[in-house]
Amino acid sequence: MQKKRKLVLIGNGMAGVRTVEEILARGGADQFEITIFGDEPYGNYNRILLSEVLNGSQDPSEIFLNPLAWYRENGVQLHAGVRARAIHRHSRQVTGDHGVVAPYDNLIIATGSSPYIPPIQGVRLEGGREKPGVFVFRSLDDCHKIAQYARGKRSAAVIGGGLLGLEAARGLQNFGLDVHVVHISGHLMGQQLDATAGGILRTTLEQLGVTVHLNKSTKEVLGDDRVTGLRFADDETLACDLVVISAGIRPNVEIALRAGLTVERGIVVDNHMRSPDDPRVYAVGECAQHRGQVYGLVAPLWEQGKVLADHITKRNEKASYAGSKVSTKLKVMGIQLASMGITEPADDRDEIVQFLEPKKGTYKKLIIRDGRLLGGILLGDVSKAAYLMQAFDKSTPLPEERLSLLFDIGAPSPQATIEEMPQGMQVCNCNGVTKEGLVACVRSGKRTLRTVMDATRAGMGCGACKQLVSEVVAWACGGAAEQDPAASYYVPGVPLSKPELVQAIRERRLRSVSAVFRELAGGNEDPGSKPGLASLLRTLWHHEYDDERDARFINDRVHANIQKDGTFSVIPQIAGGITSAAQLRRIADVVDKYRVPLVKLTGGQRIDLLGVKKEDLPAVWRDLEMPSGFAYGKSYRTCKSCVGSDFCRYGLGDSIALAVKIEDRFQGMDTPAKLKLATAGCPRNCSEAMVKDVGAVAVEGGKWEIYVGGAAGAHVRKGDVLCTVDAHEDVLRLMGRFIQYYRENARYLERTYGFVERVGIQKIRAVVVDDSEGIAARLDEEMRKTVEAYRDPWREAYAPATPNQFRSVLPIVQ
Amino acid sequence: MEITIGPLSAIPPGEGRAFEVGSERIAVFVTREGRVFATQASCPHRGGPLVDGLLGGCTLICPLHAQKFNLETGEALSGGEGLKTYPVRLSATNQILVRIEGGVG
Repeated sequence: MQKKRKLVLIGNGMAGVRTVEEILARGGADQFEITIFGDEPYGNYNRILLSEVLNGSQDPSEIFLNPLAWYRENGVQLHAGVRARAIHRHSRQVTGDHGVVAPYDNLIIATGSSPYIPPIQGVRLEGGREKPGVFVFRSLDDCHKIAQYARGKRSAAVIGGGLLGLEAARGLQNFGLDVHVVHISGHLMGQQLDATAGGILRTTLEQLGVTVHLNKSTKEVLGDDRVTGLRFADDETLACDLVVISAGIRPNVEIALRAGLTVERGIVVDNHMRSPDDPRVYAVGECAQHRGQVYGLVAPLWEQGKVLADHITKRNEKASYAGSKVSTKLKVMGIQLASMGITEPADDRDEIVQFLEPKKGTYKKLIIRDGRLLGGILLGDVSKAAYLMQAFDKSTPLPEERLSLLFDIGAPSPQATIEEMPQGMQVCNCNGVTKEGLVACVRSGKRTLRTVMDATRAGMGCGACKQLVSEVVAWACGGAAEQDPAASYYVPGVPLSKPELVQAIRERRLRSVSAVFRELAGGNEDPGSKPGLASLLRTLWHHEYDDERDARFINDRVHANIQKDGTFSVIPQIAGGITSAAQLRRIADVVDKYRVPLVKLTGGQRIDLLGVKKEDLPAVWRDLEMPSGFAYGKSYRTCKSCVGSDFCRYGLGDSIALAVKIEDRFQGMDTPAKLKLATAGCPRNCSEAMVKDVGAVAVEGGKWEIYVGGAAGAHVRKGDVLCTVDAHEDVLRLMGRFIQYYRENARYLERTYGFVERVGIQKIRAVVVDDSEGIAARLDEEMRKTVEAYRDPWREAYAPATPNQFRSVLPIVQ
Repeated sequence: MEITIGPLSAIPPGEGRAFEVGSERIAVFVTREGRVFATQASCPHRGGPLVDGLLGGCTLICPLHAQKFNLETGEALSGGEGLKTYPVRLSATNQILVRIEGGVG
């Protein structure tokens, strides 16, 4: 067996220990003997929660991320309460207090940062001892000391109106003290807020009883043997019994500096988080400086830790850290705040979208350049934060409709914050999964959204809660869930994005789902991935697709929708909602003959026969003499229509005839998710065409407006107008082109509302209407081929496709 | 007791079919690699017909609420109660033979 390398970590904080966890997760225990120096006598704890400890809402014992037992269980040696004093790079060892010596093959420096103490007179007693009543706020010990000293005191001042200072102020208020915040510049939280937001925050804080002093530079801490007050540069004074200094942090770089490593603001590292001076030495977290940046928030530290772990374990020696976009969602004295990127426009091109309601303490501001988010502030209402932070992080194009960036229009109101959400609150309403259940699942070791969803089935019903589930999982993971590589795959079982997968399928001419698994997934068949692959292959190959029936979901094997008792629902095609006495008679006869327990009119203007036995399906179809209505597939479903121009006195266009033509053209077509259409004869929109995946609305002048990306299900969204055209034929052509573009580019199960928001209506309009990419003719041609490949699946009533296709149970031979 | 269920050809590759044994049902699955599994027929979660599920390798997904099971061991992969499994083999003439001890449940 190869001898293990010795790995030493200096610093037992969040960044360092998380990095060790990442190393262990990559099989690091087999490669390394790990030793950690930590100058605090504890295991690793969540520093972010210190203000909760200070204000008493969190028990100190509950903030430990890694209790001492964790180190034992993972074979990691922890020198707790031992400060590392020197790195000897020639002899490759670290020496610390109490004569501790640790040799290393690799070293990680994660010394974090310390509070910055500005040059203020009287911070210390004469002789240099600490002055009673002066504190910093950085460690669990600081919390204990402040809590002890605050007893029986009347007032406290916090120097520094940044995030940590305000958190400290909140903690101090809970001891019943009069709290003053002294801030050197003109508005609070200058890192995260602009002047407007800072002003609103100030008002809100003052309503909560905190006195805010702006533009105040502290010159002196008054008091001979203990704190009695502060004196400012303008010679005004403020009486107080204790002072917490929270004027920023400085990376702890001394040990690196003395070891001869390059240090600027922090310890300089390359894209592998390695010192350019010594390939054995890495630095991570708040002490590290990457491309000139030092990060103080937790998310970048996680990203750095992963890269470092990939590199040091040789799991991926090309792993490279590209820097982080900084965004944060937090609560300041109970006030919701999310902030990302820049706080002021930086260029003439920058567009500002904002909303201000000072009375309620609500302020929202977005800075947008070229349709992408460069910065944002959400104060008081952070309901859109998850979406915006993701759009910021991934630089995805924003929807044209700016209002919906700031507000959820018509969607169910989301929970204010994950922290506030009661433990027992149901997150997934389809599968009854609570916040508690999700948290327990994360604690059991599932640390990606996908694994938590698989284990709890949360978010796997209607899908409307998926965003919320992902937020709860991220929160339970301590800020950020681990990235699930499968999140970017078209289906989880084949490690390729949709464009990569399409290319591989075309190049290797893979015409069946089993061929895809064999060639692109090492032969591992993932059952959940089968329907997505089947849909894609059919879209790519039309009738050349090798249709393996086991790849289909049961609904598509028997062309009916499975019900809770294992029976099926039968919905024949009724184009445009137009039926006849003959059809109705046949339907009535079928209901009698097969004892159909429930007959129901659907929302799509059709007739649903529910509770049909699998065995009876072929006979029911034969007797109906009507084609399938496809009410079961990830496919075109139906086109609803209003009365239109024949009878309605308002009708501007013939919506019925258009709906029938649409049905005839798109019937049965596979699409990434179900596709519901409607036509409306006038803008009164009786058939709800504006909230359909694709809709056409007649307007004055003989024209039709085409809407795309509407929704009125678990998610509600008004569609965007794609274009306005003159004739039915134009509607069919442009709808077809849009549908084909959607079929080729959407993720599996991505509805048009998600697709249109993700791609952006401007881009879609450019491609589909203006042919900006020169693919319109090809899209039309692909659509034509698909239309030609249509075959009514209910013809299988006469020729079953597989043995015992419609048998729900078979007798045994004996 | 080992009983003959029927010919392998009764079940298309990658799918399952339910069989009536006495007054009970059991589910028999044939994977694309040709492995055969036998389990209880209805999902312990909400009684879904397991043979209508999606099969890949030895993993089955119930058609009703996407509960996942390992057909070889019966283990519930998405939590909850697992499946009862039955030893199964093929005869020389490709008949499916299932061993059932003390009735079907």
